[in-house]
Amino acid sequence: MTESFVPVLILILFGIALGAGMLIVNWYVGTHRRNPSKLAPYEGGVPLLDTNRKRINVRFYQIAMLFIIFDIEAAFIYPWAVIYRDATMTSSGIALFALGEMFVFVTLLAVGYIYVWKKKAFDWN
Amino acid sequence: MTWADLLFLLPEIVLSIGGCLLLLAPVIGGRNNGVAAKWSMLLLLVATAAAIYVAAGAGIPSLALGTLFVADPFAVFFKLLFVVVIAMITLLSAEFLEDGRYSAWEYYSLMAFALCGMMFMASGTHLISIYVGLELLSLASYILAGYYKNETRSTEAAMKYFVLGATSSGILLYGMSLIYGACGSLHLEAISQAVATMAGNQALIIGVMLLGAGLCFKVAAVPFHVWTPDVYTGAPTPVTAFLSTASKVAAFAIFARIFYMGLHSLEPDWNSIIATVAALSMIVGNLAAVTQTNVKRMLAYSSIAHAGYALLGVLAMSEIGLQGVLIYMLVYAFANIGTWAMVMLLRRREYAGENVDDFDGLHKSAPLYAFAMVVFLLSLGGIPPTAGFIGKYYLFAAAISAGYAWLAVIAVLMSAVSMFYYFRLVVAMYLKDGAAADVIPSRQVRFIVIVCLIATLTLGILPERMIRGAARSIAPIVNLASR
Amino acid sequence: MIPTSWFLILGAILFSLGVLGVLTRRNGITIFMSIELMVNAVNLTFIAYARELGSLHGLMWVFFIMAVAAAEAAVGLAIFIALYRHRETIDVDEANLMHW
Repeated sequence: MTESFVPVLILILFGIALGAGMLIVNWYVGTHRRNPSKLAPYEGGVPLLDTNRKRINVRFYQIAMLFIIFDIEAAFIYPWAVIYRDATMTSSGIALFALGEMFVFVTLLAVGYIYVWKKKAFDWN
Repeated sequence: MTWADLLFLLPEIVLSIGGCLLLLAPVIGGRNNGVAAKWSMLLLLVATAAAIYVAAGAGIPSLALGTLFVADPFAVFFKLLFVVVIAMITLLSAEFLEDGRYSAWEYYSLMAFALCGMMFMASGTHLISIYVGLELLSLASYILAGYYKNETRSTEAAMKYFVLGATSSGILLYGMSLIYGACGSLHLEAISQAVATMAGNQALIIGVMLLGAGLCFKVAAVPFHVWTPDVYTGAPTPVTAFLSTASKVAAFAIFARIFYMGLHSLEPDWNSIIATVAALSMIVGNLAAVTQTNVKRMLAYSSIAHAGYALLGVLAMSEIGLQGVLIYMLVYAFANIGTWAMVMLLRRREYAGENVDDFDGLHKSAPLYAFAMVVFLLSLGGIPPTAGFIGKYYLFAAAISAGYAWLAVIAVLMSAVSMFYYFRLVVAMYLKDGAAADVIPSRQVRFIVIVCLIATLTLGILPERMIRGAARSIAPIVNLASR
Repeated sequence: MIPTSWFLILGAILFSLGVLGVLTRRNGITIFMSIELMVNAVNLTFIAYARELGSLHGLMWVFFIMAVAAAEAAVGLAIFIALYRHRETIDVDEANLMHW
């Protein structure tokens, strides 16, 4: 089974060898004439306005943090939806219970959402 | 899982709803910090009623949520203890939150969620429910430790607690994943059946060791104790009381349940490690406490030592050992909260008044409270007729009967060392003169001191009911372990 | 099919890298990322075992671990922001107000 990967390995090695080989050949054969505009990160493009190692406003992190939490919680709904469809086909009692569970879950999320909203965490100013 | 299962989860459900309401209260209406404590106490009362209601039907272990959750006497014992401890901490916190610089509602909401997590830990029979409960408790504790967000010390304590706590839960989880791979299940009874047939499985042993390391962090045992002094010192004093009692007791509840229910047949593989951890905790905790001048820091080291004593009960793997853990947790909780309440009674502003010198001459200004402090310290040191003696007696007896006489010798020697530093406080209170020793006029804190004083003395002089209760509570787990 | 042990070895390597990161790095956020690496190594281990054992429990775990890790991320970031407000740095070695 592992043998079937040998062609892939050969391809990868060939790719590396080709890329590295061309760079090495270029380094030795080509001429080097450096000047400031050539050394700029985007040669021939728009000149840089500022450095990219700047401090970013903490609000971006706060929004990202809130997004992550709600995003992860949404992941719980997918497996629930799959099970819920099966449950509706077998027994309505279990289906009703599953629906109730999801209501509880969404209500708990809503509590957090209302808290964050009223605490003005979404206000940019 | 059906509607009927929800009945067993009643205390947890009450606490979740109550926690959400406490969280929403300040943003919807009430900004009055003063009433937050009252609502929180009401919530705790309802939760207690629910826990007692569940307890009434808990003669036989009743499983809920599939196999995730059990309402057995062991869980009920710890749940009632948790409710009492959190109620006392709520009263202790009321005074420092009333001045309004820090929001009281979120504080009590976090307490309610932490209590819910602890109840899940006590009831969890599946590693997943134990883990989720543990994380609910830990996440709330990280925030509570940093609740004085304008104080650098408190924020620093939260940061240290968070970094080390999150790392340790990662280690704990990796251990659980290896146990899952080896046993094919994470239900404690299934683990117990699976491990009985695979002595010497490397993955399993590594998994158990990582799990044990994570648990040792949560109970603050050496060598996973380094966070304890800093976090206990930096956190607000009521939160320190919470961390050193509620959080530790909950961690011991799962420690005992996991090792007695799930891993008892692996004992030859882990007993020498736990024995070493217990011995190191007792030695390092007590010797380091001797040199401290800050009371909070001294009590932090002393709580490391107490984790070492309680580990003897886990190590013994016997009926008397488990009974000892339960009794010790009960008496430790009262004596410890009493001590912290005394520290709070001398507190001026956020942190001042927590040096040993601050106790100077307390005997003259407040004789009753000085006497209470002596009783708490005697109980922590394990001297009769206080309750601490009963707890230590059971633990040491369990260690000797399980063949760990050397550990019992270390424990007795180290208890003697602990009396040395506890008596420094007694000397300060009775033999030194100090103008500084005055107590703050907080009715709630005084009430807690008196409650803990009465409990410590009563449990020490009339321990029969406590011993019988502990014996009844451990029955389901001991039956499982001996099967 | 790729053998399960490969996933387990990868999980162990990632976990060790995470522990190494926690122990050697001094920037709070980097430590935090290392912790996330540890947690994700655990997730990988769970999934690998779940496939090997043909059981769904391991997959269920991963959901819970992800949710807990997200909550942990929020709490951790909040604590680091609070610390930054005090000290203008999140270097954990600078947090030395308390020591014996």
